Amino acid sequence: MSVIARGPLPGGRVPRVRQRAGRWSPTRAALGVNAWFVYAFFYAPIALLVVFSFSADRNVGRWGGFTLGWYEDFIRNESVQDAIWVSVRVALLSTVISVVLGTLAALAIERFRFRGRQTFDALLYLPIIIPDVTMAVMMLLFFSEFFDLLNLLFDADLRKGFASITVSHIAFNISFVSVVVRARLAGMDRRLEEAAMDLYASRWKAFRHVTLPQIAPGVAGGALLALTLSLDDVVVTQFAAGPGATTLPVYVFGLIRRGVTPLINSVSVVMLVASIGLVILSLFVQRSRSGSAAGPQGVPAANRARRST
Amino acid sequence: MTLAEVPPEVTTAGAATPEFERAAAKAESRRGFLLAGPAYLYLLIFFAIPLGIVFAYSFANRNRFGEAVFTDAGFDAYRRLAAPIVRDILFRSLWLALLTTAICLVIGYPFSYYLTTRSSKVRNILLVFVMIPFWSNFLVRNYAWRVILGKDGVISRITDFLGLGELEILFTPSAVVLGLVYGFLPFMILPLYASIERIEMSLIEAGRDLYASGWQSFRRILFPLSRPGVIAGSILVFVPSLGAYVTPEILGGAKTTLLGSYIVTQFLTARNWPVGASLSFVLMAVMLVATIVYFRAGGRNL
Repeated sequence: MSVIARGPLPGGRVPRVRQRAGRWSPTRAALGVNAWFVYAFFYAPIALLVVFSFSADRNVGRWGGFTLGWYEDFIRNESVQDAIWVSVRVALLSTVISVVLGTLAALAIERFRFRGRQTFDALLYLPIIIPDVTMAVMMLLFFSEFFDLLNLLFDADLRKGFASITVSHIAFNISFVSVVVRARLAGMDRRLEEAAMDLYASRWKAFRHVTLPQIAPGVAGGALLALTLSLDDVVVTQFAAGPGATTLPVYVFGLIRRGVTPLINSVSVVMLVASIGLVILSLFVQRSRSGSAAGPQGVPAANRARRST
Repeated sequence: MTLAEVPPEVTTAGAATPEFERAAAKAESRRGFLLAGPAYLYLLIFFAIPLGIVFAYSFANRNRFGEAVFTDAGFDAYRRLAAPIVRDILFRSLWLALLTTAICLVIGYPFSYYLTTRSSKVRNILLVFVMIPFWSNFLVRNYAWRVILGKDGVISRITDFLGLGELEILFTPSAVVLGLVYGFLPFMILPLYASIERIEMSLIEAGRDLYASGWQSFRRILFPLSRPGVIAGSILVFVPSLGAYVTPEILGGAKTTLLGSYIVTQFLTARNWPVGASLSFVLMAVMLVATIVYFRAGGRNL
């Protein structure tokens, strides 16, 4: 706030812009009410879902006394357990591979000029921009053609399942990881690497001891983003999955479409707790070395957009 | 530091310099290519080729069994998009996406402004509480509304209690818009907040000094300066709303088929691959245009 604004002004009016010490005004009150409304809007549905997951009534959304029965069902249900297992394996495998490929890609683009760099840059952005449904359709057609071809050539019996889900998750995760790591690299002082090399560090040593520790939070952030996206994805997975294996979100989506049961409530709460756990973890990672890299309102905001329909 | 970028005064002028630099640039190019190689190859095989396949199918024809064939390939599927059913779905999707964007803007703008008026400590906490629903599972968040809006759900009982009768909006377009706003409001808030936060507030004070009313200073100063955030946020909400599939499937009814569900139906049940493929391409074109606008609006910095 500027110094001038503090004194009385011609006309005796005190500007009320961004006054922190409370002076009541209808506009300010309305702003506050709107903010509380937004938070209630964000959290009330989630809170109600958690509450009703403990309700004994078979009707979802009606209270019928406290029970842990739906969580017992959740633990006993074998299809759910299988789906969780597939989800976790797909998420871990696709995260590891896409972190390696995405980080290398980020380094290549930020630190080197090479032939085909611009095409690569565009190709790297496309999976982020492309609509979910289009990507899903791409995977459906690709795997049906690709597996048909392989089956024909090698007389094999390949079907969509774990492998095709993982392949499709890596295809979108590489881009997200590389964007997060690039943001970190762009914010990093290049002279540090130069200084290391001036002091006779080899390229590898400079990378290992200077660059890598610096971009580590970006890599970790990218990994957590990849993990979350992989665990959350419904649309692409649904099209890449076959009768062999489905992930938890796809399984739950199928259940919801067939009709809601209280079992879905308990599964949903578990998924919610898992993803909120990951959020808190990722905020922690980004906090641990607050730099100019992917801040909370920065890169992920733009990136999450696509992956959540 | 790359050899190619050694400042000229270091490499001292000599006959060897041009070749030396060329060799260094070549080595540099090779290294970059090697680093990018694995991801490049992966995306070519598992992204570019699938994209090409969809593109090819969008020009395919159907034989009498409904299978996609490439004899007499042409723009038939694209022409089919002008059919009344498809047009209705397109307009409905556009309308709901626009409505969602407008609601998000009306709620999100004052909210983002409110955030910027808080002290930085409070602001960070408030932002974290915007981030949490933003990152948590989208499917589950939509499902939560199914629980609340359903028959005998909390909402219908509240409205009944208030004497408004049982409000049942589940399986209507209103429920879809509600779900979309719920899902995408953070996409509006975050870029808006980022752009409002950067505005020099003394400009507004100056306006007030010159006797601008509150409304005038909003309309003439605050809003124009926050326009990049408004554009970026609107695109981030509009684009995924337009292609939304999960929300309409969970909260919408049979009568509110939207673009995403229609495309999926073409592949899974109607088996009309060419129409599905051409429509996915149209959707992607919209996204590409929107993305270009987004970056023009300064989205890279938001």
